[in-house]
Amino acid sequence: MSERVRFSFRGQEIVAEAGQSVGAALIAAGHRSWRTTRHEGAPRGVFCGIGVCFDCLVVVNGKPGRRACLTEVRPGDVIEPQEGAGRGELSC
Amino acid sequence: MVATGSSPDVVVVGAGVVGAACAYYCAAAGLRVAVLDRGGVAGGTTSGGEGNILVSDKELGPELDLALLSIRLWARLGEEFGPTSLELEHKGGVVVAQSAGAARGLAELAAEQRARGVEVEDLTPAEVAELEPNLTPDVASGAYYPQDKQVQPMLAAASLLRQARRLGAELHTGTEVRAFRRRADGAVGGVLTSAGEFSAPWVVNAAGTWGGEVSKLAGAPIPVLPRRGFVLVTEPLPRVIRHKVYTADYVANVSSGDAGLETSVVVEGTRAGTVLIGASRERVGFDRQFSLPVVRKLAAQAIGVFPFLADVSLLRSYLGFRPYCPDHLPVVGEDPRLPGLVHACGHEGAGIGLAAATGHLIAQVATGVKPELDLTPFRADRFEEVA
Repeated sequence: MSERVRFSFRGQEIVAEAGQSVGAALIAAGHRSWRTTRHEGAPRGVFCGIGVCFDCLVVVNGKPGRRACLTEVRPGDVIEPQEGAGRGELSC
Repeated sequence: MVATGSSPDVVVVGAGVVGAACAYYCAAAGLRVAVLDRGGVAGGTTSGGEGNILVSDKELGPELDLALLSIRLWARLGEEFGPTSLELEHKGGVVVAQSAGAARGLAELAAEQRARGVEVEDLTPAEVAELEPNLTPDVASGAYYPQDKQVQPMLAAASLLRQARRLGAELHTGTEVRAFRRRADGAVGGVLTSAGEFSAPWVVNAAGTWGGEVSKLAGAPIPVLPRRGFVLVTEPLPRVIRHKVYTADYVANVSSGDAGLETSVVVEGTRAGTVLIGASRERVGFDRQFSLPVVRKLAAQAIGVFPFLADVSLLRSYLGFRPYCPDHLPVVGEDPRLPGLVHACGHEGAGIGLAAATGHLIAQVATGVKPELDLTPFRADRFEEVA
């Protein structure tokens, strides 16, 4: 029996297996997309799955632009979907 | 083969931004033009560029005069083609001095440039902060250059070629020049290529970093050498940097003769949202190997100017070879040693910016019009005098 990790996504608790990526855990929990594109607002999730395409970006503990496919899920992580580039506070 | 027996007025060797500008201005002047490239469009020197069109980084001299002409011509091209066809942005440049010494140097340079016709405003630290809210507060002074612009270099080359073709120019990609043809009187009469022969009274060497090789094939060598530069590309961001921003030591590095690694901070946003970070300069031949120490140094320097970058991911980096001549001036104009051979290369890191003026001047040469600028400082035989 592998170890379990609990984290939250959109305020809801998800249970993942230790060592899983955020992307894998979200897909296992039934989520297919967690980001919208900057211009058209189209849904995006895992595409390449190996860190190249930057399609699966997600906000991890307040930090935007994290690749869900490369980020290992940690106990207590707060994961939020990313709107656009996710750095609205820097916009000038 | 279509090429065999083709006899345009001008053969342009190189389909980068400089060759494309030469083709466009020559075609617009009514000349029949054929553009050749051994690869594709904008696949060599141009592909590694940042798209800078700058007057701010030019010290007084012939290159500044060329840049002032070019910046006017780029603005006109933007009006004629429409700004989206070039991704032309009149964003302006902000140069930042981070020490009292750098501030003095910057103020002196700005005063000289102003006297020569460059638009430049001296900035207090508060004014710098107003122009660039995300910049470090650790600033001694600044200067604002409203004329500085940016294009997407490969798009600009493609758009210039598209307009040239609309005016009748031919484009032959995958066509490598193998030899030069001479006429009975010794002048250039055309080129032999992998796709046949092109006869023309004018051959333009717009081969960028490989301009030296083409000049050797022609029998009129010029010393064009590669200087490697890395550019880092961040993840797409909202508009976080409004201008092209660099530190005052960039100017010193651009004109430096040092062989070793030199880096200075050049940071700018793009229409696509990515932020570009440059600029390194190293003489390592045509070595395409990724260099972590260089990339690390560039990133650290950029964070020193824009602290928020510390928390931003890089998508990738790319490198380019800037074609430089020993005196850091390009070679532009007819070769005094070989009638019919026209050089348009050796622009170092300023080839995108200087392309428009170069194309314009080459068209004047090829149509027998007195060039708008004195081409003496850019002549091909100047290196022999020193040697």
